[in-house]
Amino acid sequence: MQSQEAIKPHETLLDAEEMVLNMGPQHPSTHGVLRVILKLDGETVTDLDCDIGYLHRGVEKIAEHDTYQMITPYWDRLDYVAAVSNDLCYVEGVEKLLQVEVPRRAQYLRVALTELQRIASHLLWLGTHAIDIGAVTVLLYCFREREEILKIFEDFIGARLTAHAFRIGGLQWDAYPEFVDRVKEFLKMMPTRIDEYETLLNSNRIWLSRTVGIGVLSAEDAINLSLTGPVLRGSGVKYDIRKAQPYAAYADFDFEIPVGENGDTYDRYLCRMAEMRQSLSIIEQALDGLPEGPVMAKVPKIIKPPVGEIYHSIEAPKGEIGVYLVSDGTGKPYRMRIRPPSYINLQALKKMSIGHLVADVVAIIGTIDIVLGEVDR
Amino acid sequence: MPAINVAGRKRSFSGIIKRLLLLDLFKGLAVTFKYNIRALYEKRDGGNPHQALYTEQYPLEAARVSERYRGAPRLNLDPETGGTLCIACDLCALACPVDCIDVGSIRREVRDGAKVNKKKVLTTFTFDTSRCMFCNLCSEACPTDCLELTQGFELAVYHRSGFRWDREMLEKGISYVKYTK
Repeated sequence: MQSQEAIKPHETLLDAEEMVLNMGPQHPSTHGVLRVILKLDGETVTDLDCDIGYLHRGVEKIAEHDTYQMITPYWDRLDYVAAVSNDLCYVEGVEKLLQVEVPRRAQYLRVALTELQRIASHLLWLGTHAIDIGAVTVLLYCFREREEILKIFEDFIGARLTAHAFRIGGLQWDAYPEFVDRVKEFLKMMPTRIDEYETLLNSNRIWLSRTVGIGVLSAEDAINLSLTGPVLRGSGVKYDIRKAQPYAAYADFDFEIPVGENGDTYDRYLCRMAEMRQSLSIIEQALDGLPEGPVMAKVPKIIKPPVGEIYHSIEAPKGEIGVYLVSDGTGKPYRMRIRPPSYINLQALKKMSIGHLVADVVAIIGTIDIVLGEVDR
Repeated sequence: MPAINVAGRKRSFSGIIKRLLLLDLFKGLAVTFKYNIRALYEKRDGGNPHQALYTEQYPLEAARVSERYRGAPRLNLDPETGGTLCIACDLCALACPVDCIDVGSIRREVRDGAKVNKKKVLTTFTFDTSRCMFCNLCSEACPTDCLELTQGFELAVYHRSGFRWDREMLEKGISYVKYTK
């Protein structure tokens, strides 16, 4: 405590004390139950700390008591806006452990579904990011298109959100007869819709002043923080697991990796928009070259992988999601470790936010695109 | 691949003119205005992929649920005899990740013609829909296509005990109250 004599009147007016502000855990723009402890000088963020764990369910521990098939539905609940991508990671991990060859048709359908999921996840990100910043209309338009994707999922998989899309060894069901036509119709409609979002946002002056130069992250910092996904690519690092270590059938398709230049919120936004267009082209290629044949490999009903350990990772909409599985030869994994992209990307929040205003923290949390189900597991 | 061209950041003469005349603002307004106008005269016919009206009139119109949808559980009956198809093998309960199925059975002597066999017979079947995560693993494990997740999705009840479905409820299905004006 400073004594009364020590503080002169003009100093109390100009030198404001540092203020600690809690943002969350119940805050609409933290996209879940994330508590951010902000230290403020006026309205400028001087320090920041994240408090996580409000949604911890112990999925990794639960997995040690469940058989390999039982664990798949839990993966839907990690990144619950991109459940299909999560399923792909786990299912391919177990297939790697079992050394099972998945039929080509199943692999192509998996690619089509995961790319649809990427678009759905990016649409949800775009809508919520825009509404955080103040553009409400975009949210409604994004959800309109996302609904189309969810309807396709409902018809194909049987659920909209927590999909449980894939089984170890392939798919539960083959595509329904109208699937290809329906997705093609969606592919025809979607580019004009993306154009619409870009008309609303790309050169919108409020959007530009809220995103350009906000949360700048250099390529070096992004690599040092081991970020992945659009957050890394927005900083100009051309790294995508679909190209670096092709999984499923991605080696067969021709697509490009969009990369940003300046590493700010606006570049990450452009990156994700370009990624959606690339996803559309991947889906089109997958459907055009869809092979005939079975969708399920021969996998025993009781899965007992050989003793060993594997790490498998895929490019989820938010970044690299990975699974590390240790098998001791029994029907249950000895250890399962999840490498969640949101959790690791969230570490960049402090680096990106310091020096910006409180209102910009909202934009920066939005641009990292976190899902707390995955951060806390 | 070259880096994305960030058009919004370049300062050009045409860009300054655009900003002065608020062209971007009017372009954005044109998009929303287009949908507003179309929503005024569009009829709800369904099946139009480029429609402007999307709101589902759910309680008034029945919601569209897909054939593969995983919703309310059901125990199928043998269409010929009317008896249950369940052989009390307990595979669904073993496959369930959240232990929401409880199969009760007894060993009973069953007369099959002249022979008398000792057989497992289903007595009770409890399905806790409040714990169920509708993953369909139980239905996939069922060897006789007895347990199935159906299209029913209106699972709300007034009391927690209503989530525990017994055998009778699973075989007959829940009856809904149809509210009309």
